[in-house]
Amino acid sequence: MRQQLQKPLLEINGLKKYFPIKGGVLGRTVGEVKAVDDVSFTVFEGEILGIVGESGCGKSTTGKAILRLIEPTAGEVKFEDQDITHINAEEMRRLRRDMQIIFQDPYASLNPRHTVEKIIGEPLLIHGVKNAKERTSRVKELLEVVGLSAYHASRYPHQFSGGQRQRIGIARALANNPKLIICDEPVSALDVSVQAQILNLMEALRDEFNLTYIFIAHDLSVVKHISDRVGVMYLGRMVELTSKDKLYDDAKHPYTQALLSAVPDPDPDIEKERVILKGDVPSPADPPAGCAFHTRCPMAMDICKSVRPAFIPVEDNHFVACHLYDGQQQNLSRINGL
Amino acid sequence: MRIEEKKKYSEQQIPNPAKVGQHIDSEEIEAISPWKDTAKQLRKNRFAIIGFVIILFFIVLGLAAPLVTSYSVEEQQLVNRLHPPSEEHWLGTDHLGRDIFTRIAYGARVSLQVGFFAVTGALFFGTLLGIIAGYFGRWVDMVISRIFDILLAFPSILLAIAIVAILGASLQNALIAIAIINIPIFGRLVRSRVISLREEEYIMAAKAQGMKNGRIILHHILPNSVAPIIVQATLGFGTAILEAAALGFLGLGVQPPVPEWGQMLADARDFIQLAPWTLLAPGISIMLVVLGFNLIGDGLRDALDPKMKN
Repeated sequence: MRQQLQKPLLEINGLKKYFPIKGGVLGRTVGEVKAVDDVSFTVFEGEILGIVGESGCGKSTTGKAILRLIEPTAGEVKFEDQDITHINAEEMRRLRRDMQIIFQDPYASLNPRHTVEKIIGEPLLIHGVKNAKERTSRVKELLEVVGLSAYHASRYPHQFSGGQRQRIGIARALANNPKLIICDEPVSALDVSVQAQILNLMEALRDEFNLTYIFIAHDLSVVKHISDRVGVMYLGRMVELTSKDKLYDDAKHPYTQALLSAVPDPDPDIEKERVILKGDVPSPADPPAGCAFHTRCPMAMDICKSVRPAFIPVEDNHFVACHLYDGQQQNLSRINGL
Repeated sequence: MRIEEKKKYSEQQIPNPAKVGQHIDSEEIEAISPWKDTAKQLRKNRFAIIGFVIILFFIVLGLAAPLVTSYSVEEQQLVNRLHPPSEEHWLGTDHLGRDIFTRIAYGARVSLQVGFFAVTGALFFGTLLGIIAGYFGRWVDMVISRIFDILLAFPSILLAIAIVAILGASLQNALIAIAIINIPIFGRLVRSRVISLREEEYIMAAKAQGMKNGRIILHHILPNSVAPIIVQATLGFGTAILEAAALGFLGLGVQPPVPEWGQMLADARDFIQLAPWTLLAPGISIMLVVLGFNLIGDGLRDALDPKMKN
């Protein structure tokens, strides 16, 4: 397994993002939406870590909080052993060269008044490539790398299709040879046929430029296709994190099991055991006490209502936050995952 | 007829397989910039063209004033007072025997100047304050927005009168007063635009690239807020000229004998029954210029607003 041989690139400890709810005449804070509530995980160099979950579970917020595009409320984000949550704006600005993001909506993430050349060239300019000729040739090179043509450089975003725009977004993220790219649902706005092209492109780029991805998605099959390890989020918390194969074959957490049982199978003759969850996802403004999932969990016990389960390894490289596995905690060193 | 229609329909349904995918992309496709597109839309708008023609007419009239008339603006010929329009005096003469056409032509200079400088001033300071308030938010926004509210709480012409009364009556001070009363109009427009742009994903993307605030504002926010500012500036041109005329009418703008349309109206008021042409000429001039700018402004809004596009 490649990630065990390599060192951690990004370590996230107890990341929290609470959005205040303002109310009343005076606009006082009357509550908090716990979008990300104490999430911890590690990303190893060269791996693709998938994060899945329903909409509103905090996966995008997690991605943006890691890059401090949304300031985290609490927690630690260590990039190459440096805690970046408290460095000043200028240091953060320089570090952004190594940490990039690809956005979900290729129609909204490109400035409509800039040419492709300016869109891809701007990150080069601000990080020190002052020579215009050098920039132009690099832009053309990047366009070819992502499967577009050099002559596209003079056009405007509205002249491209969704898939092409997403390629432009990828080229922009690649411009300064970053180490980490957070992919915030990069294919969910695209047609299925185009999705595959973009996913294959991203995989090829990872191998070519030795990139590390955090791949956020709500589509389980997309995540299965691209990821090395997968984390499952529910209501602002990470409930399970393990390698792709283990997750899809041997899910431990009842929520993951329910989620996987909902994936349609192309063979109509296969009888699947379908776990149907009752009720709705509780409001993140008022999450249930104890385990956030206990209100819908088919296997809920008394302890689930009062004690929040710790996110612990139950097997080698298999983290679960569930009381069902309380006794099985492996006595593994924390290096293995957390 | 029917068969033809049917034929047309079937042709649309079945595309020529040899051409599929080919037309989509080639090196020859021209880059269509948003500005080119706007200019194209604007050229199609007949009313905007009429507006342009009117404004162009007055600009030329003002610039070429010494060429189109041989009369002096200031020289009084009391023998010829209140002559109706004739071959000698195209628009007649006023109560002091001055040629009205000459005064309208020279007055165009004053009015367009007032419009231009007042709008430029209001636009500059309004945009600056609006961007600062919208982008930085919090208490900065609070302070600037409250200043705008205070300025807007007064009826604009009353505020202009007060400012001119403090500074003294002159063209320059009238100009400053008009600029000041228009600042909050631009300021609030820009502020609201910036607030909505700030949430756009490409602004977040710019931040994620590691751009500084100055660059984000100048290269990303400003170019995308230009459209409503241009529209407001064009419409503001008309209002500024109207406000200048109102100040002139009240004797608070340009001082005689410099010709100014509003002041010409005020002078002609006493002779409305005796010599209505003295009133009509400046009145219609003001109306035409304001109309011209409004037509251009409306045209620009339609051309710049993507929602109006067909």
